[in-house]
Amino acid sequence: MAALSLFLDVPLTREVNWLLDAYQEDPSPDKVYLDHRDCQTEMGKAWVCPTVRQTLLQIASDPTLDHEYLPVLGFPEFTRAATELALGRESRAVIENRAGGVHTVGGTGAVRIGAEFLRHWYNTSSPKQRLFSSSCCHWPCLPRWTESHCVLCSLLCPQRKRLFPFFDIPAQGLASGDLDRDAWALRHFVAQGFELFCAQSFSKTFGLYDERVGNLIVVARDNETLVRIRSQLQKQVMGMWATPASLGARVITTVLNNPALLNKWKQSLRMLAEKIMLIREKLKEKLRILGTPGFWDHLTAQSGTRSFTGLLSSQVAFLEKHKHIYLLGSGQVSVCSINSHNLDYVAQSINEAVSSTEGRAQGLSWAEME
Amino acid sequence: KIKLKCRALPPPPPIDGQNLGTYRTDEGQPWVLPVVKKVEQKIANDASLNHEYLPILGLPEFRANASRIVLGEDSRAIKENRVGGVQCLGGTGGLRIGAEFLRRWYNGTNNTATPVYISSPSWENHNSVFVNAGFKDIRAYRYWDAAKRGLDLEGLLEDMESAPEFSIFVLHACAHNPTGTDPTLEQWKQIAAVMKRRFLFPFFDSAYQGFASGCLDRDAWAVRYFVSEGFELFCAQSFSKNFGLYNERVGNLSVVGKDADNVQRVLSQMEKIVRTIWSNPPSQGARIVATTLTCPQLFAEWKDNVKTMADRVLLMRSELRARLQALGTPGTWNHITEQIGMFSFTGLNPKQVEYMIKEKHIYLMASGRINMCGLTTKNLDYVASSIHEAVTKFQ
Repeated sequence: MAALSLFLDVPLTREVNWLLDAYQEDPSPDKVYLDHRDCQTEMGKAWVCPTVRQTLLQIASDPTLDHEYLPVLGFPEFTRAATELALGRESRAVIENRAGGVHTVGGTGAVRIGAEFLRHWYNTSSPKQRLFSSSCCHWPCLPRWTESHCVLCSLLCPQRKRLFPFFDIPAQGLASGDLDRDAWALRHFVAQGFELFCAQSFSKTFGLYDERVGNLIVVARDNETLVRIRSQLQKQVMGMWATPASLGARVITTVLNNPALLNKWKQSLRMLAEKIMLIREKLKEKLRILGTPGFWDHLTAQSGTRSFTGLLSSQVAFLEKHKHIYLLGSGQVSVCSINSHNLDYVAQSINEAVSSTEGRAQGLSWAEME
Repeated sequence: KIKLKCRALPPPPPIDGQNLGTYRTDEGQPWVLPVVKKVEQKIANDASLNHEYLPILGLPEFRANASRIVLGEDSRAIKENRVGGVQCLGGTGGLRIGAEFLRRWYNGTNNTATPVYISSPSWENHNSVFVNAGFKDIRAYRYWDAAKRGLDLEGLLEDMESAPEFSIFVLHACAHNPTGTDPTLEQWKQIAAVMKRRFLFPFFDSAYQGFASGCLDRDAWAVRYFVSEGFELFCAQSFSKNFGLYNERVGNLSVVGKDADNVQRVLSQMEKIVRTIWSNPPSQGARIVATTLTCPQLFAEWKDNVKTMADRVLLMRSELRARLQALGTPGTWNHITEQIGMFSFTGLNPKQVEYMIKEKHIYLMASGRINMCGLTTKNLDYVASSIHEAVTKFQ
């Protein structure tokens, strides 16, 4: 056998987890991590929607359920309910049967198969331009698009002719607390007659991060086109994960199709969205009281689980080095990583970072962001 | 004289021998393993469990134990800390992650021209996985000898001898799909010797460990042999069949390297690949498997459940063969019991298959592949007599 490994030249990469690794290796008792992917509760645990546990118990005790393979494109009741949640039951695309979903492994899975499809099949004759847009809870967080932004954008797309809208809706309901309001942009584009893709995730809105529930919504010109697109997506899925995982989708379908559970879920979403907004307000207020240089209105003008604080990379480096606070170099934070235990420390630290580093204080006014 | 009027018999219910690789009981029903039901209840009632994202590479206790199950308790490779696992979406996911990695980092960088050899025939999806991962040169290696209804070892070894060095070979660890024909232990040794000499990369697909013979160790013999011969290799494991957990997509890609450092670097790159496909794997199935494998009582119960499934299939094989021989059906039928696992290449030709489907409502694949789980004690006689008819009518 060869003495040297076949993998000798494979480089080590720490790209994926480097920030979390750095945080975990930090021995400081004051350390704070501000880049959680999940929504944290006050206790520092991932939030789970209360109806989820109840539904999981119900599913575990249901003797009629087995573990047979799902269809390749996934659990049909799930894709139907999920697609209608995003597009609205009265959506023309839904009624005309030209909108359909593919049950995927999380939002990531939806983006991936959508991207692979476009790479193979989308418009080979012209320069490829895609418009990638978040419908709500923009990641990382620019101010939420107003309705006028969306209208302007939808007018530009056909003019440029080669712009394909690929929406990502990772947290419908967590931006404004209202499911329909958060889907406005997506629904506007559909109403304007666009063909589009939309990657949908239920990780954050159900707190079911670990069961990987996603849906790729396809809106096509007509049913025949939809059928053809789905047939190609099916081929792709077969070579990637064959069929999706069942449990998470079962939970979500149960909730979406049961009026009582659906109401409970909507309420819990509203409460979570309000809590997120409250954290934003408190942080902004603390910074104001401390007299932190700059303007901090953007903290509350933005919505959803993430925030672009506007901190410079030098200020981020200061926070890591001197205050053991870990966030991405872009200044992006997970709002739910801030809680009543660490709010004061985080606010004071930001104040110090902004006051003591070189360069313009980077709190931006809403006008500047626009 | 009393005339007896006989009512016309209703047509027999269709017999599903096409079933796409799932187990059926003797009543023709899906079977949720009793140990799985038990563990599911345990998990649902465990208030201490949260639903945070699993690590990108998956549930650690699942990965470690899944690799241990295929490589063995006494595996030197595990003791030497040169084994890694990546939790994947079923066996398919394991194959895809492995393929994506090999395309990027094996035999050069982004070498899409490395030949990938897949057995002829093989599971239809093997091809798609490697094509979609970017490989441009997918070839077949000889495997099934239709004339002798067995392994074409000579052809297989010839194809390995003539394969370019560093070619990737997809090997079925046991219960070859679709032929049910596995190399013997001696034949595996010959295969390993050629692969070693020609620097060919073994990528095992292990979807039936325990399910094939009823014995976990026996079904992992080939993989363990290659490891003991010093190979670096991948093994995509599926727990769909041996746990009956088809829809929770439980798989593990085991990586065996020369040393810990190599494995660590490989896993770091696989993590990057996983991040852009499904980001983190789903938890439920992996948790069920990990809980079962780490508790001696549950583990014993699981082995028992697996043996139940394997024994039923083995019984159907021996009963079918016995009936065909008793009927004097033309041809030889020992391949029915020499083959192993869920599938059998009956050797029926397309005309005979058509007859079986159209006239006898017994559904099998055009290749003559039948899923043995479609057979039950109630339909054995009917299936045997139908095969007899098909073979005698259409030579």
